[in-house]
Amino acid sequence: MAKTLFDKIWDSHIVKSQAGHPDALFIDMHFIHEVTSPQAFDGLRKRNIPVFMPHRTRATADHNVPTKDQHLPIKDAISKFQVDKLTENTTAFGVELFGLGHPFQGIVHVIGPELGITQPGMTIVCGDSHTSTHGAFGTIAFGIGTSEVEMVLATQCVLQYRPKTMRITIDGKLSRGVLSKDIILYVIAQISAAGGTGYFVEFAGSAIRDLSMEARMTVCNMAIEMGARGGLIAPDEKTFEYVKNREFSPKAGEWDKKLAAWKNLYSDADAKFDKEYTFDAAAIQPMITYGTNPGMGVGVSDRLPLENEINPTELLSFKKSLEYMGLQSGQQMIGKAIDYVFIGSCTNSRIEDLRLVAEFVKGKKKADGVEVWIVPGSKQVEKQAQKEGIDKILKEAGMELREPGCSACLGMNEDKVPAGKYSVSTSNRNFEGRQGPGARTFLVSPLTAALAAVTGKVQDIRKFI
Amino acid sequence: MSDKKFVKLVSTAVPLPIENIDTDQIIPARFLKATTREGFGNNLFADWRKNADGTPKEDFVLNNNTYSGQILVAGKNFGCGSSREHAAWALADYGFKVVVSSFFADIFKNNALNNFILPIQVSDSFLNKIFEAINSNHAINLTIDLENQKIIFDTFSENFDINPYKKTCLINGFDDIDYLLNLKSDILQFEKSI
Ligand code: SF4
Repeated sequence: MAKTLFDKIWDSHIVKSQAGHPDALFIDMHFIHEVTSPQAFDGLRKRNIPVFMPHRTRATADHNVPTKDQHLPIKDAISKFQVDKLTENTTAFGVELFGLGHPFQGIVHVIGPELGITQPGMTIVCGDSHTSTHGAFGTIAFGIGTSEVEMVLATQCVLQYRPKTMRITIDGKLSRGVLSKDIILYVIAQISAAGGTGYFVEFAGSAIRDLSMEARMTVCNMAIEMGARGGLIAPDEKTFEYVKNREFSPKAGEWDKKLAAWKNLYSDADAKFDKEYTFDAAAIQPMITYGTNPGMGVGVSDRLPLENEINPTELLSFKKSLEYMGLQSGQQMIGKAIDYVFIGSCTNSRIEDLRLVAEFVKGKKKADGVEVWIVPGSKQVEKQAQKEGIDKILKEAGMELREPGCSACLGMNEDKVPAGKYSVSTSNRNFEGRQGPGARTFLVSPLTAALAAVTGKVQDIRKFI
Repeated sequence: MSDKKFVKLVSTAVPLPIENIDTDQIIPARFLKATTREGFGNNLFADWRKNADGTPKEDFVLNNNTYSGQILVAGKNFGCGSSREHAAWALADYGFKVVVSSFFADIFKNNALNNFILPIQVSDSFLNKIFEAINSNHAINLTIDLENQKIIFDTFSENFDINPYKKTCLINGFDDIDYLLNLKSDILQFEKSI
């Protein structure tokens, strides 16, 4: 029978399937971090059991870490406690940790791929919603809760009911200045922040094929923001090339066998999806969100919707959202003055993102009164950026390359946007208070963010390149 | 986990006839930074239960000795909002074994079952009858018969639904992890095959 890529991977990981029961799904790789793991380790202690397959879990510290002076002790007591707890737990249970100071440390969804741990055809979970990022390699990757983290530590399986499948096909060529971040913000704006609920999404089409691996990760990263369980993209030559010769990728003897298996990872031509959407890449503009969920986005040169254009059942939340953001229905976003720029997070903190930003700001200056945070996704990204002189270019432009971590993506660490201030951000969530209590977030691509950093305003990148 | 076997429960109930009780009310966000699962019961419904200075709010039902029991009866759409599992931890830690409502948020329902709390969804009219019955007699007992999927008081009863897998788990006193631990040899076998 014809199968979707999702079904091929799912079916090949079922340990046990029983009518009326959720499937017991084998997990190839489990990532953990300091925030959602302590109770899980606690649970193991209570049951008096070990980590079942410690070689299939890898840990890093990212959510709580400062992005300056990482060599000094963490100042915030609770953050420090959680990070210390992670070291203690991983040591006690024999799990490999890429903690603060380790050359592989970084945001969990950045380091998995860059270390070659993430490989096509895998099942991957982590106690973090944006685990969907790894789907860019043709994996089933999704976020889980703390009880499930304990479950995976204890049994290397999760219990899951099979989700429905959706395919989103984007064909055609992107316009100049339009990035993969714009694709995903556009798709979410089209189908809404709940449009993918209950589904696992495959992204397909020529516009997706044309993207680099890093750009594909940005797309899958935000699949979760349309409510989907996760997103994935069929692996191709680009994928195999990316995975090759990394720290943990299959070594010479093993490589050919793996590669042969990976080449079967695609949706069969007549495979049926429960739902399909098709979009034209040429219709996508540089995007910006104006509201308090990632589905509230418009083309950066468009005006905000008018109240009579909003579905009546959503009008109340639309108004509430604009009030929080200090915006008017129908207004233009172009020209809006901003206070902060955050370039980072597991959505856009990879070396390609930093290269794009550096190339654009080279020879320009940061706008007065704007605070700019540029935060690499990992130690390795940071090192590479220094090697390429990106840190110097940023410095000459009056900006600074910080140290890796989640940073202002969620304001759990020291990097918080003050109440009422506008932040142009390359992260993935614009919820109320996400970047700090009262903070107002506009989600954009790294190029649009770089432009805001030098002009102090929301502008259309197509007019500047 | 055998101490948590759930077959039948006879208990008085605590009424909370408020609709759309979200997980932020059940356990406010500021209590989430802990690294263990215990102690959340102290802060269950913290903002309804305590004044800013920590003294109890007299009029809240948990502070009223008239009402007690292992069953919480709440208004429609219980457990909506953030998916935090701490809400279930707080209810369990406080001592509740059953929550009755006429609708539950999906994720809450799962989290509850995983923590040995049985969410029972009844019809709106049956829910009202329970509220009325508790109102006129706070010592009235509710009987929860999980085997037969029935909730009973006085001369009234209603059937409730439960996923067959979850029912087996509750009756045998095992959770998802216990279920998977029983599959250990299959899992090891599976790993060898890949
Ligand atoms: S960068 Fe943001 S979204 Fe990504 S893992 Fe960190 S907190 Fe989560």
